[in-house]
Amino acid sequence: MTKQMPTELSRQQYLDLYYYMRLNRAVEDTMVKLFRQNKIVGGLYSSLGQEAISVGTCYALEKKDWIAPMIRNIGALLVKGVPPRDIFMQHMAKYDSPTKGRDGTSHFGDLENLHIVSPISMLGDLIPVMTGVAIGARYLGQKVVTMTWIGDGGSSTGVFHEGLNFAATQKAPFVLILENNLWAYSTPVRRQVPIENLADRAKAYGIDSYIVDGNNVVAVYNTAREAVERARAGEGPFLIEAKTFRRLGHAQHDPAEYVPKEMRVHWEARDPVALYEKFLTAEKLLDAAGKKEIDDKLDTLLAAEREFAENSPMPPAEFAQGGVYCAGDECHKIRAKWERPIAEVTPPRSSVKAVWTVPGFGSGKGSGGANAPIHFGDTKTVVENPANNGRPAKAGAKLATKNAPKKTKAATASISRKGRR
Amino acid sequence: MAGANGAPNNGSATGGKEITFLEAIRQAMFEEMERDPTVLLMGEDVGVYGGAFKTSEGLLERFGWERVIDTPISESAIIGAACGMSYLGLRPICEMQFIDFIVCAFNQITNFVAKGHYLWNAPAPIVIRGPSGGGVHGGPFHSANPEMYFVHTPGLKVIYPSTPYDAKGLLKAAVRDNNPVLFFEHKFLYRRIKGEVPAEDYTVPIGKAAVRREGRHLTILSYAAMMHTSLEAADALAKEGIEAEVIDLRTLLPLDEETILNSVKKTNKCLVVHEDTKTGGIAGEIAALLCEKAFGDLDGPVLRMTSLDTPVPYAPTLEEYFLPNAKKVFSAAKELARY
Repeated sequence: MTKQMPTELSRQQYLDLYYYMRLNRAVEDTMVKLFRQNKIVGGLYSSLGQEAISVGTCYALEKKDWIAPMIRNIGALLVKGVPPRDIFMQHMAKYDSPTKGRDGTSHFGDLENLHIVSPISMLGDLIPVMTGVAIGARYLGQKVVTMTWIGDGGSSTGVFHEGLNFAATQKAPFVLILENNLWAYSTPVRRQVPIENLADRAKAYGIDSYIVDGNNVVAVYNTAREAVERARAGEGPFLIEAKTFRRLGHAQHDPAEYVPKEMRVHWEARDPVALYEKFLTAEKLLDAAGKKEIDDKLDTLLAAEREFAENSPMPPAEFAQGGVYCAGDECHKIRAKWERPIAEVTPPRSSVKAVWTVPGFGSGKGSGGANAPIHFGDTKTVVENPANNGRPAKAGAKLATKNAPKKTKAATASISRKGRR
Repeated sequence: MAGANGAPNNGSATGGKEITFLEAIRQAMFEEMERDPTVLLMGEDVGVYGGAFKTSEGLLERFGWERVIDTPISESAIIGAACGMSYLGLRPICEMQFIDFIVCAFNQITNFVAKGHYLWNAPAPIVIRGPSGGGVHGGPFHSANPEMYFVHTPGLKVIYPSTPYDAKGLLKAAVRDNNPVLFFEHKFLYRRIKGEVPAEDYTVPIGKAAVRREGRHLTILSYAAMMHTSLEAADALAKEGIEAEVIDLRTLLPLDEETILNSVKKTNKCLVVHEDTKTGGIAGEIAALLCEKAFGDLDGPVLRMTSLDTPVPYAPTLEEYFLPNAKKVFSAAKELARY
């Protein structure tokens, strides 16, 4: 671990990352208390130990960018600007919550201001949805990047494949964060996916991927930043595998006794907040007084937010009815924001010859069409490692969070080094 | 009306000319894309090839690669992406190459798209359309009538037209609607049914049934291809002195209860005819509706003439036995008229 500080981040950015990780954890700690007081209506999921991923990835986005957080991405919501009270009220099914009690947990969004798409419980569906936001935004001329998250478990769904493949054929400005927390409910990742690095799946879609230590917020941020900027430049989509560990059970009801004790101990020693605090202290970015200031700020903020949430009423029963359809234009206020001349996509300028033109094949440029990445089918026989039964040498590599396989674009676990490939 | 590349000229309305059911659909998409640059088309083979049934012929030529998108064979991705696009103010149309394949995207439609407005105020103005129905020997996976999976899903609208005029006007209305709309196109009608459409822009309101034939002895409710079968049966019934009122439901969700109830209050008898299988078909829903709201007006049982409760069989002899036809509708109506 060197003491050299990456140059990309300003002091303020370092402290922002810290603040959001602390806020993420404090919001979830508060919800655990609410849960134990029976004030949370349904289940409570935890991102304990995974805060660096939600925070580091979302912090790499710009305000205009779009996210679709999953259940363990409270941190991403907070970075995007969602007030903690909204998250509390969602869990408590309160009438002032974003969904007014019609849905719970982190299942809410904001199309107009924060650009957040709500998740559903079925895993993977957000991948094509955020691909659609990405290619739709490109169509309108907006330089927007979209991002969503999925777990190791969710990466086995059919729609993961459909979505990422479609994104790749469209070269969508989309970044998919795969949080490999090693457990899908009670089933270990090895029982679900027969490969070492889930990032390897990117190869099947012809897209670039990264592997990053998910407990190192600086590495996560730097990796995400690079992927986001490359996606914005038209090089997307990207898959980032963040290696981490789910410290608690699937949800509050689950004591996760199926997790080996040694594994828990191993990862508890790598707490992302503690690691980062150590780094910030060593780099003299944070001292006891600074930490106290943040402690106090969080205490005050969350006490007020919690009070607001607790005082909000439950929805009136009859609110169950209605609102299924958008009637008229009042409920559909979104108007396409064109950032390119409409003449480009309307006749006569939009008109083309409807044939697959040979010269453009293989260039993979733009949104497909005549330049779609198609080839004649000439194929060279490739055996990556005949000694290894035809399997790529990488497949046998040992999982190592500190030193990810060199062949992949890996960020290092060392918190003071830039997470670049 | 062939233009360059053998494509129909520009798809604009033909001024009271007779056009096919298929051409009506093509024109609706063409005109909506011409009218509004936020309208796009996505689907398998919709671009260069012009669609498996040629419903999108000429669209790529006119509107280009970004607005007519050939996708991988990934129904969930098509519908998910369309939903994402709609969040930006776009109005994508998704083609399912055969409507049978819509169930590959069942989760995306019923859980993601349909629930968005109720849960988090996210209307998804997308249209999902494709060729449906049997009678063309397509076999069990190219003949489906899966409308009721979706009629059972709050948040969706479901349209199933029977005439070129309605197909064009309802598809245009669907594109302009702020909700996800499923638009079923009975492929038996594509090239067999012709009808006039006006030269000027028009829409047909979603959720309104149409009285196709007035009568006083009994009401036949139907839609799509069975609409034509029901009319054929009604002609035969008339020869025996039974005047059937034939109503084209056109939209299955929301159902036009008013038109249904008004007719049954007049005729006091009701037969529902559909090509969908019997159990869980819309006929059962209508029977329940009539029991709830017109029980005192009924002079006989609400009868159902539907396909058999089996998959759609392949062999012509089997499929013919499976499907309702004018003769079967005639017999059921005669039986009902006796009450």
